[in-house]
Order: sequence, then C-alpha cells, then structure tokens
Amino acid sequence: MIKSANNSMRKTSYTEILNKYGMLLILILLFSALSLKIDGFASFRNIFSILEQVSMFGIIAIGVTFAIVTGGIDLSSGAVVALASVVGASIVTGTEGYGMTIFAFGAAMFVGSICGLINGTITAYGRIPPFIATLGMMTMARGVAQLVSNGRPVDASSDAFTSIGDSAIFGVPSLVIIYVLVAVTCHIMMSRMSFGRHVFAIGGNVNTAKICGVNVEITLLKVYILAGALAGLAGAMLTSRAYAGNPTFGNMWELDAIAAAVIGGTSLAGGVGSVPMCIVGALIIGVMNKGLNMLGVDPYWQQIIKGMIIIGAVLLDAQKRKKA
Amino acid sequence: MTNSDFILEMVNVSKTFPGVKALDQVNLSIRKGSIHALMGENGAGKSTLMKILYGLYTPDEGGDVFFNGQPFTPKAPIDAIRTGLAMVPQEISPSANLSVAANFFLGREIKKGILIDQAAMNEQTNKVLEELGIPMKVETLMQDVSVAKAQLLAIATAVSYEAKLIIMDEPTTALTESEVHQLYRIVKKVQERGIAIIYISHKLGEVFELSDEVSVIRDGQYIGTKKTTDITKEELINMMVGREMDEMFQREDVVIGETLLEVKHLSLPGKFEDINFTVRKGEIFGIAGLVGAGRSEVVEAIFGYKAAESGDIYLHGEKIDIRKPADAIQHRIGFVTEDRKLTGLMLNMSVTDNMIMPELLPYEKHHLISEELASDVANSMKDQLRIKTPTVDTIIGNLSGGNQQKVLIARWLLLEPEILILDEPTKGIDIGAKAEIYKLIVELARLGKAIIIVSSEMLELLSLSDRIMVMSEGREVGIIDREEATQEIILDMAAGGDVPSHDSTIQEETTSQCKTEGMTS
Repeated sequence: MIKSANNSMRKTSYTEILNKYGMLLILILLFSALSLKIDGFASFRNIFSILEQVSMFGIIAIGVTFAIVTGGIDLSSGAVVALASVVGASIVTGTEGYGMTIFAFGAAMFVGSICGLINGTITAYGRIPPFIATLGMMTMARGVAQLVSNGRPVDASSDAFTSIGDSAIFGVPSLVIIYVLVAVTCHIMMSRMSFGRHVFAIGGNVNTAKICGVNVEITLLKVYILAGALAGLAGAMLTSRAYAGNPTFGNMWELDAIAAAVIGGTSLAGGVGSVPMCIVGALIIGVMNKGLNMLGVDPYWQQIIKGMIIIGAVLLDAQKRKKA
Repeated sequence: MTNSDFILEMVNVSKTFPGVKALDQVNLSIRKGSIHALMGENGAGKSTLMKILYGLYTPDEGGDVFFNGQPFTPKAPIDAIRTGLAMVPQEISPSANLSVAANFFLGREIKKGILIDQAAMNEQTNKVLEELGIPMKVETLMQDVSVAKAQLLAIATAVSYEAKLIIMDEPTTALTESEVHQLYRIVKKVQERGIAIIYISHKLGEVFELSDEVSVIRDGQYIGTKKTTDITKEELINMMVGREMDEMFQREDVVIGETLLEVKHLSLPGKFEDINFTVRKGEIFGIAGLVGAGRSEVVEAIFGYKAAESGDIYLHGEKIDIRKPADAIQHRIGFVTEDRKLTGLMLNMSVTDNMIMPELLPYEKHHLISEELASDVANSMKDQLRIKTPTVDTIIGNLSGGNQQKVLIARWLLLEPEILILDEPTKGIDIGAKAEIYKLIVELARLGKAIIIVSSEMLELLSLSDRIMVMSEGREVGIIDREEATQEIILDMAAGGDVPSHDSTIQEETTSQCKTEGMTS
C-alpha cells in the first residue's frame, strides 16, 4: 500500500513537472535555436527589444489570465488599449512634467477599469456570457476611441510622458520594469491572496464556490476591472512609446493576450493558470515574432505559424486533461 | 464456450477504475427472447456492466463477451446498436424541440434526395407505435410528451433498430402506478417479437411480475442467476443483501444537550411547505423521504444556497437571517452537499485548496495565504480522518469517492461547525469508507455538534439518527423517535400515508439494499 502510494507520487510529480515546465522548455529551445541561427539574437539589446515588445500585450495577458481562470474571457482588451491611448494622449499633449504623466497613466487605467466594470457587471449580475459581454465592449471601446479622436492619431508629445517609453534604468527599459512589477504583484494576488483563491474556486466549480461562501459576483467584478485596468496601463505604455495615441492601436492584441495565456497552460475551461506561465506564453510569442522577422519569413507565413502554435498548445492541454 | 440458446454471454468480465474494482469476474447469460432482471444496489456495478455492453467502457483484459455466439467488443454505442443491442437509459433526454417522429428517426432520417421525407417518417413511426400499442401523436413536440410516453417512445425506437436485445435501466423510476402497468404491457409486447430484455430494477414486485430469470450483482461481484419461478422473494432478498444485513452499523449513544437549531414554518413554494423541527446539541437528526420530496431543498434553504421564501431559523434561541451560504458559514453551519461533482469538489484543485476554501482568513499572514500553514492543517485533517492521498497537494480528482467525501467533510470540520448538514453522505462510496464516515458522524455528535442527515438509504437513517423527519411531496409528514422508527412506518409516511402495497413486508427486509425511491411500487 505504502509502496504503491510512493510510486504514484513519483509518477505524478514527474508528469506534473513536465506539465508545469514543458512550455518553459519549449521557450528555451526556441530561443537557443534562434540564437544559433541568427547572429546577435542572444544579445542584450535584442533581448530587451523582445521584452519591450512583450511587456505591453504581456500585461494584458495577465489580466486576461485572471478572466480565463474564472472560466471567462476578455475580448475587449485590444480595444481598451486604443481607448486608453487616445485618452492618455489627449491629456498629456503639450504638457510638461511628471505630474501630468502620472495623471495620464492614471486616467488610462481608470478608463480601462470603467470598461472592465461594465464587462464585469454584465457578466456577474446580468448573467450574460463574458464572451458576449466583452465582445460588445470590444466594438464599443473601439468606437468611443474613434469618436474621441475623430478617427485620427492624437499627439502625445510631452517629454516627461514619452520618457517612460524611451528610458531605461540600469539598461533595463522602463516598460519592462513596469511589466515585471505588474507581474510580481499579480502573481502574489493570484497565488497567495484570498482574492486569487476565489478566482480559482469560481473557475474550478462555481457551485462549490457559492457553497463555500465565496461572493462570486464581487469576485468576477474585480477580475474584469483588473483586466480592464491592465489593458488601460498597456495603452498608456504604448502611447508613451509611440509618442501618440491612436484609435487603431491594440488591434488584435486581445488575441495575442489570450494566446499567451493559453500557450502558458491556462485552461479555457477555468480553474487552471498562473502568472509566471502566462509570461512564458507571452515570451514564446515574442521570441517567435522577433525570430521569424529577423529570419525574413513572410509575414503571412508568420501568422500561419502563430496560429498553428496556438492550436498545438490547446491540443496539448486537452491531451493532458484526457490522461488525467 | 458459446451456446445458441443465449443471445448474450458475458464470461469473467471485470472492470477496474483507479482505486476501485467496479466489476470482478462477472458472468451473465441472457436467453434469447427472455426478460432477464438484473438486480443490485446503487454502486453494485449494474451501470458499469451495461456501459460495457453499450461500448461506453472497455472491460479489463481477460473476460469475454459474446453476442449471438459471436465475440462482441463494441467501441461505441453505434457498434452495439448495429450488432442488435439497444439501450433505454434511466433518464432519457430527447430533443424537446423536435416532434415525436423526428426523435424516433433522429440520426437516421428518411430522405427524399437531400431533403427529409417527413411524411414517410410520420407514417413509419405511427406504424411501429401502433404495433406496440403506444398511443401517441407523431407530430407532437417532444416537450409536450410526458416522461412515461417518452420512455415508451425510447422503447419503440429500440425495437425499430431491430434490436435482438434491449437493456432497460430502471424504466419505472419516474412513472406513476398506471403508467407502470402500461409499460409492463409494452415490455411484454416487445418480448412477443422475440426480443430479449435486460430489465434493471430495484423493485422486487416488478421483477416477479415481468421477468423469466433474475441475476444479482453485489459489490461488483456476480452472485447468481435463478429462474424467477424457482425462487422466492426471501431467497432473492438473501442474494441481494448477503451478509450485510447482520452488519448493520451499531452506533453508541451520545449525551444530547440543549436545543441548538429551530426551524419554524420554513417554506419555499413549489419545493416545500411549513417545515418545523428542532435539532439539539449532540443529536443526529435524519430526514427521510422519496426522491423529490423536498429533503435536499430544505437543507439547502437552511444553508442559504437556495434560500426559503418564508419561515424563521433560530440558533441558540436567537433568530438568524440566512440569505446566502456566507451567512450560514458565519453562523458555523457546515454543509456537505448531495452531489460531490456538481456542488462539492473543485476537481482540478488540490486537496488542501478544497479543504480550506470556506474560510481562508485563518491561513493568512499579513494578508497572504501561508501555504505552509494550510498544508499543516490539511495534513492534520488527513491523519485525523485517515484520508488516503499521496500528499495534500494531490489534485482531488485523483482520489477515490470515499476519500473525496472525507475531504469535503474535513472542509466543514475546519470551520469548527456547530451544525453539520450532510446530504447523502455515503452516496457512491464503498462499504469500508461508509463505516468510517458513520463512526465519524457519531464522533462529531459526541463533540456536541448538531447533525442533520438527509439520506435515501433507510438503514443509514435508522442506524444513525436519534430522530427522523419524514417528508412527502414537500410536506413534513411527521417526526419519529429512533425507538419507534421502523422501515415500514417511514415508508408509509414517505408515500404520503398511503396503505403500503402487498409486498411491503418483503421490502421491509431489504433495508440495506433498497433505497427508498425504489420502495414505492
């Protein structure tokens, strides 16, 4: 009896390790292969360039991961990026000083939170599937962004504001530092705080969550507000880097974000996912994008390859589930 | 090996699930054109056996199945149907938005070119229904058809597949008395066509009324097959019950203290009306009744999962307001729900996470959950309740039913409850684990907790409860003391006070095996 228990334990931990770190292994292999093939791929400059690219949709992906873990989804994040960028740019344009910069970032996140609040309210209290709620928000937020900006890019020239996107601290781009801070905070929230446990409980079994006294509605509301705020933050980051807000920003980013979450092993059925693995997922997409670009692969082919990788990741996930 | 008298022969068929041997070397032979009753309690392995025949499970290596003398290894229901074996499941789920004829021909529609030939389908459906004497209009939408009629349609559909063997899984569960007789008539008509029938049932009466032969399975093991004319009811009961009758759980007495919970005039229209009872410290209070009597609904209301519309709940003599589970948790009420998968487990989360969910606060240090603290507590619960799991970090879905149930009980014990509600606490778990859970329940009563148990297992209620409330169709029929309570009285009350039918004395003896829902015929 004891022996068999030990055996099964060893077996579980072995497969668990593979399940847990399989994607990290793929990331390392992918990076190593591209480094061998491309000169300078493994340089600090190139790595930071990848990280900078990843930081923005990577932050969105973290918010989306929370939504997916509850068994939901957020399709509106790309459009929220556009709306937040236009709002942020309108605020900082022609201003000086870090006060306005902070205000613009705050406003972008606030606008995102409002979108999230609406998503969450419709989902939690209106009992509309989040797919539909956030699909509606996706179109609406994009529309509002167009309205606010008259469909044109909004200048965001403010030295303080744009310095966020340009500067680096000890050689590490500021955007990457923001990404790391957000990731650490969200990781702690998800894995170590009651809020995170409740998020998992809802995705694991919403009936049980209710029986266990979890306030399902409030928790969902918080999740979508968080996802919206993070999308708003990404919008402000993009704006400071581009020196402009643009209602066309963030197009299809929600799909990259969902892909990052799913490649990282977040289960669309809910109840499974983590921030570190979401980062790994985002990095796989980032490394692949950069690598395929530097190899000069036709952009059309790049899309096809990306699609195949996403489907492959979900297939792998389904396979794992079947075995368990 | 094969014999032409038999349409189906199963030889040494076993099926092992992780941690459970659901079937152990089972033999079953069905004569051509006979009605063969298959009996055994819930969890005995009947469903597993039938799912193997229907291609839903693959049996373990080493056994053989022959259909009409040929080796039979269906990989999917369609294989079984093509070979000539059809099933009428216990709960049929027709497409409610389609007509009777459309359901009859679902998946094998008659076509004229690329279009469906509705007229031909109606005509042929009508023909089969008429032949079997089933009065039904083929154009009616399925949603307007009664459960009984839907059942009959499912039988007709099976016949039309030209099945040589039809499995009927407890077909009378949801039927009224007159509907049952109609069903019997049709089953006999089906038999007249030379079709053999495996008739799964809990009910002795219908087994003797219908079947030519009867086989009994108990705890996954084949007990035997008898001609129905060669066996008495007493003998059949002995086959089903076996040694278990003598091993009725003997509980020890516990000192009963002051009144803890009072429920007054609790009502939820359509579910239950005017429920009144009290539970004292150290008391085990049973709730009996047929399925659908509103037992689960009452305890769900007390816990606030589906709150009552009117009535009051008092705790320690003070009125409390319970609108949602969080309120009940705050008042130290725990609730182990009836359906582990639906409302109990978070299947893909760890044992620890499943245990600590109702109250995370005790595990927090500086607002962060301490994994170490949570693991320690989970480990001590694991030892205390002897939960068999490699570690407390194991995903709960990998545990056996009995151990999952222990985790769920541990979940509420961690809350240090004053009142623990258990809805069908031993459903689908093996006998060993059952006994452990019984002991645990009595131990909790000794610690001064008030326990409410809802159960369909008569023996469980009779052996555990100090008092038993019997419900019928949402009403409280009465509360009886342990000393007065017998199977017969409870069944009488549960059936709404109707005079028990002629074989009720027999039913009384089948206590440990027959669930109350099976006892109404």
